[in-house]
Formats: sequence, C-alpha cells, structure tokens
Amino acid sequence: MHNISSNTPDGQQRPAVARLLALIGQRFGEETRRQWADYSFMAAFVILILIAASASDVFFTQRNLSNLFRQIVTNGLASLGMLVVILTGGIDLSVGPIVALTGILAAGLTDQIGLPLAVLIGLGIGLLAGAANGFLVARFKLPPFIVTLATLSAFRGMIYVYSETPQTPSNPAFRRLLGGGFIGPVPVAVIIMLACFPLVWVFLNRTTVGRAIVAIGGNEEAVRLAGINVGRHILLAYIISGFFSAIAGVLLASRLGIAQPNVGVGYELDAIAAVVIGGGILGGGGGGVIGTFGGVLTLGLIDNLLNLFNVQSYYQQILKGLIIIFAVLARRRDQ
Amino acid sequence: MANPDFLQMRAISKSYDGTQALREVDFSATIGEVHAIVGENGAGKTTLIKILAGALRPDAGRILLAGQPVDLSTPHDAFNLGIRTVYQEFSLIPHLTVTENILLGQMPRGRLSWWVDWARAHRRADEILQGIGFTGIHVRTPISRMSVSLQQMVEIAKAVAERPTILILDEPSAVLSQEELRLLFALIRKLKQESTLILYISHRLDEVFEVADRITVLRDGEVVGTVDSQATNESDLIGMMVGRTLDQIYPTRDMPPGEEILAVKNLSREGAFTDVSFSLARGEILGLFGLVGSGRTQLARCIFGAELPTSGTIYLDGEVIRPRSPHYAVLAGIALLTEDRKRDGLVLSCSVRDNSSLVTMQRMGRGIFLDRQKQHALVQSKVQELDIRPAKIERLVRTLSGGNQQKVVLAKWLLAEAKVLILDEPTRGVDVATKVEIYHIIGDLADKGVGILLISSELPEILGMSDRALVFREGRLVGEFSRSLASEESLLASAAGVVH
Repeated sequence: MHNISSNTPDGQQRPAVARLLALIGQRFGEETRRQWADYSFMAAFVILILIAASASDVFFTQRNLSNLFRQIVTNGLASLGMLVVILTGGIDLSVGPIVALTGILAAGLTDQIGLPLAVLIGLGIGLLAGAANGFLVARFKLPPFIVTLATLSAFRGMIYVYSETPQTPSNPAFRRLLGGGFIGPVPVAVIIMLACFPLVWVFLNRTTVGRAIVAIGGNEEAVRLAGINVGRHILLAYIISGFFSAIAGVLLASRLGIAQPNVGVGYELDAIAAVVIGGGILGGGGGGVIGTFGGVLTLGLIDNLLNLFNVQSYYQQILKGLIIIFAVLARRRDQ
Repeated sequence: MANPDFLQMRAISKSYDGTQALREVDFSATIGEVHAIVGENGAGKTTLIKILAGALRPDAGRILLAGQPVDLSTPHDAFNLGIRTVYQEFSLIPHLTVTENILLGQMPRGRLSWWVDWARAHRRADEILQGIGFTGIHVRTPISRMSVSLQQMVEIAKAVAERPTILILDEPSAVLSQEELRLLFALIRKLKQESTLILYISHRLDEVFEVADRITVLRDGEVVGTVDSQATNESDLIGMMVGRTLDQIYPTRDMPPGEEILAVKNLSREGAFTDVSFSLARGEILGLFGLVGSGRTQLARCIFGAELPTSGTIYLDGEVIRPRSPHYAVLAGIALLTEDRKRDGLVLSCSVRDNSSLVTMQRMGRGIFLDRQKQHALVQSKVQELDIRPAKIERLVRTLSGGNQQKVVLAKWLLAEAKVLILDEPTRGVDVATKVEIYHIIGDLADKGVGILLISSELPEILGMSDRALVFREGRLVGEFSRSLASEESLLASAAGVVH
C-alpha cells in the first residue's frame, strides 16, 4: 500500500512539472512546445519513478537494471508493431498468440532443422500472420478490431495444433545465443529491442511509406484521394506488427529456454497501453516512437519497482489501469 | 429608431492566447429585425455569436436584453433566455430520428411516465416542420440517412421549434440547395413578423442583401460599421470587410485556350449522372454550375477514379483512359480538389509539410527515404507563393484558419503539376480576401496551360472565372454557355429547367 499512496502525488505534481516543461519548450518555438506537451507527462512520470526508485538500494544495481530491461524486451517489441498499426487507425489484438506461436515454432524446430532455420521460420510465420491480418483488413475493409479478435482465437488454436506441451530444445545455443546471451553487461535481446526503436523512428519519420502510414490514420480518405495506395500501406503495417511480435516471441522463448503454448495472454493489451500512455490515439492521428518507448519504460518500471517492494501483482494491475487513465486525461488537458 | 435596441452588447472584448479576437465591440439589434454580421474569417464573427450563445465568456463587456443586464456564462443561460443558435457544425445525433432530434429532452410521455408516446412525438415533430414550412422531411428517418442539406433543415427546425426570441444562424446556407434556401428565407421572414430577432452570419453577400435589414461589418475584431442593406452595395461592403476596395476580384485573362486535353463522352454513373459529354482545352477554365446533390461531385470523382462510371469514355490527350483509382488518375496527370477539405482533403493531425507533399511524396524520395531538404524547399516555395499564414511548415493543419487550410490543399495539388485540375467548390467556407487570391491562382494556372474544371454552386464565381460554363441539373448537362452568352439569368433559368 505504501507505494500506491506514495504515487498519488504524481497526479498533483504533474501539471506543475508539465507547465515548467512547456515553459522551457516555449523558448524553442511552437513545434517544440507541442512536442513537449506530448512528452511532458511521460517525462515527469519517469522522473518521479526514478526518485521513488532511489528509495530502494537494489534498484540501481546492474543485476536489477539488466532484469528490468530484459523484462521489457517483449512489450517493447510488441508495442512498436502495435504503434505502427495504431497509427493507421487500426489495432492488432493478435499480438499475444503470435508471440507464443513463433516462439514455440522456433523452439520446437531447433532440434530438427537447426537453430538458424528454426528462427527464420518463426520470424516468417510472424510475417505471414501479420499479412493475414493486414490482408483481411485492407482487402475486405473489415474492422481491424474484429479481424484481429478472430485471428487472436485462430492463432491461439494453431499453437495447440502444433504442440500441446511446452517445447524445450536440447541445443544449448538456443538459449545462449539470443535471449540468454550478453555482450558485456548488456543482454543481446535488450540490444536488439533498443536497436528497433530508432529503426522504426526512421521508418515513420524519414521514409515516404512511413509518412503515408502516419497520414492514413489521420484521414484515410484524404490519403486515398492523394493517389496513395492505402491498402498496401495498411497491409504493411500489420506485417510489421506480426514481425515484431515474432522477434519478441523468439527472444522470449530463447530467454526462458522453454516455449509454453499458453504464453502471451494479454500481451496485446500491454502493447496498446504502452502506445496510449506514450501519446497514441486509438483510431489514428497521434502517437510516436519516443512516446511509446516512454510508455514501455513506464509500465516496466512499475512492475520492477513493485516487485522490489514485494507488492502483489494485483496492485500492479490496478496501478497500470490508473496510469492509462491519467495519461489520457493529462494529454487532454494539455490540448 | 425610437425604442432602444432589444439586444445590446457593449464594449465586448475577448482574446485567446494573446490574440485579440474582439476589441471593445459594440453591437445592437432590434426585435423583428434580420441583422447580418459579415466579415472575413478571423474577423470575430463566430466569437461574437458564441459569446451571445453563452458558449464563450467575454473578457470584458456587458450584454443587455430589453435594457436589463443579463448573465450569459453558460449555453444553458442563453437557452433559458430564448437564444437559439444554429452552428456550422451540427449538433444532431446521427442515429436518432428527426423526431427525437427536434424534441430532444421534451419527448411526450405516455400514460406510464417512462414510456415515450411515439405516435404523439412523431405528430408533434411533423407539426413543427409543417408549421415552419419545411415540408418533405420524413420525421421517422434517422438523421444519418439524410443528406447534409436536409440535416441542416432539421437543425434549423430544432432551433425554432419553441419560437426563440433571438435566433442566431451561423452560415446556414453553406450546404443548402437553392430551393431549401428559399424555404429558409420564407421562415426567416415569418419569424421576423412574429418579432424574433435574427442574427444572420454568412459569407455569401447576395444572401445577406436578400434577407437582412441591417448589416454589421467586423474586421480584425472591431466593428467597422453598421449599414442599412438598402443603402449599400456589394462592392462597398467588400471594401469595408477587407479594408480596401477590390477593383479586381476575378483575374483578367486573354490567353486563348489551346487544344483539347480532356474529353468525356456519354459518361454515366447509375444513380448519380447520365450521359454527360464535354471537352476541356489546355488553359481553359470550364465552369460547371450545379447545386449540391446534382451529381456534379460524383462526375468529378469518376474522372478522378475515386468512383467508377457505369458507362462512357474518358479521353486524356486524345487517348482513352480508364481511371480505376485516384492513384491511376494522379499518375495520368489529373488532380481533384474535393468539396469538403476536412472530410477528404486534409489530414488535420499532420503538418503543413506532410499535407502539402502527400501527392508528390514518392517523387521527393531518395530510395525509400524521403529527401527532407527537397521536400522542405518545395513546400516552402508553395507556402510563399500562396501566402499561407503562418508560414511555418511544421504547423499542424488543424490549427490553421479555413482559408489557409484551403491553400494547403491547393499547395498539395500545385506541387503535383497536373495537366487537368478539377476544383470542386474551391472557395467554400473561405473568406473574401482568400477567395480573391484563389481566383488569381486559378487564373495563373490556366495561363500556364492547365485545363481547369471549376465546379461551383456560386453563380458569380462561375460567371467571373469561366471561359465557358456548363449547367448541371439532376445528373444531366442541361446547358452550355460561352463567356459572352452566360449571365446570371440564363444560367439560373437553365439550372431550374426553365426553357428560354
């Protein structure tokens, strides 16, 4: 309980911090100020949590920080894919089963066909799953919520068709190389995830296809009437989401050394939460990579801190819910 | 006038984020009067009426009704004083019926108090519509299934159902057809006799002259003056609005049109238009006069590939083309500026930079990457050429005024350098000064050899701009006029189906 009550002042301190940040932003003109308004809540929140963290002497140990980042790898990757889909005005509810499906395929096939090929097949299945979502949304103009709700169920079923039992590859490289590997003190999986964020930023901000995806969520019809093939871009967005879920799935199975068929339940909701906390707007027209990273970090920090303080996970869930509401409210006041 | 004015707004000031929207505005109007408020976009018209409607609080100033100071700090206060406003944005609930929308909050109840007496409700709504002369609206229809113009009529009916003391109409005619406008004017005259004070805000000066007794002109948040509509004329009024005399609204052009660039032969689309044939030359401005709902927008969309025609042929540069998608049309060199910029012309959540380069982004690329410097230079050049304000390309389009938003749409298509430019109501919801600028841009484009199809329901615009004018009625071309033969009378007669 102690932690929850110590977090309550956030709600009151935030406007002051946001105002200060906005004031700083003013010096750098209209655009900077707008962006500050987008991130001010996030920044304030992360700072406050870091302050709270300094109360625990375990937090800044290398072991804990390494753990923290390893724990946010899955949500970080899934959120990136989710962000791209949400920017087109869609949603991808099938993230969880794709994570599980690709993980169990990679794990299960490693002993039969070798590690590299197994991983490639896992990633390829992620692309295909995303393509199936994208095709149904773009080609038949079905609502993304319905399409991915349906594939959420279908993909989950496919996992059990493949294997009802957990898969543990005997090849130790499966565990050592990806999810369990380190470069210096930094886990390989974390490096992969951290590298993906700038990649997606560049994609969304510096490529023609990325700019079109951002515009589609703002006004699909206007983009179509500008002569842009909207369907192709939407298809690509879901493929990207499927692909990132697949990377997450393979890394997760690799880190744990075991691929469970029932893993990943609710992952799509964490991904949506991270995007929304980071300024994403369901239905399109808002959201960005930097904000999403803040969202992922915020959610990860909450889990990590409450674990350090031995708070039951039920409270973590309650707190996450509150934070989502706060994030949306704070942004509305900023506008 | 002997008796003091019923409505008096004194020294009203209002500013937003440092911009002074209204500066010590004095405004008064009398019962039984139609008082028009005109001015460019951003002149403060909307702010003024929102203050009167209780939707905004003034920073300073007083409002008196019948000599008594009143408090209008909430819309509810205004409502209780009998002030009703019809805004440009609808306040109707789309999936509910006409009846429910008109009687919102006052549905008649049955014997059991939580039951709605539907029969009585529909009868009551129908009576209200009949009583104000709006026939032909079916009260059981859900709003979402009605045309925009009928929705506007329902919105007006809702506002006058309880005979307001002050009725504020903000650009009511923007979406109305000629016939509906006639009904509205009849209603306004009727309400005037029943001693309602009507405030009429409109861009269309011809309407203002037809309906208003007095006209107040606002410019940059200040009152320029109030004049009797009998004692002034359109050009004086425009002069007051923009602060200078407009000797030249339409561009003078003496370049003769070149060879044919676009031709349409027997083009039809079921349920929209039938057997349409015309041709358009390089450097020609071909006016297409037609009312909202006459099928003119679908015609434009078919040429642009946004809809598919059922039959007929389209020729571009003498070759048959079959535009299957806007993508195809853009590659072929056809551009369409749509009627409703917010609905399908702009991505409001994106910047001026993104919006302006939406069509040409592929050409601004280096591989898959966007050449940001090239994009910046191109967009910046259009921002300067079109005088888009503020001249900041990272600004979100949402924050721009209507006129500047329209210029962004124009910038997008100018960058595309199309051979054929279809303009569907290019000056809708745009202030007078910007209108004039847009007219000159269109003129320049024609001089550069672009073939322009100008679709409009504003007669002066068609007459002032076109080299030739076509008249569209109920999905058919019913008349063609050369510049010398086109006149307000001849086009209107043709559009109304009167044979000369």
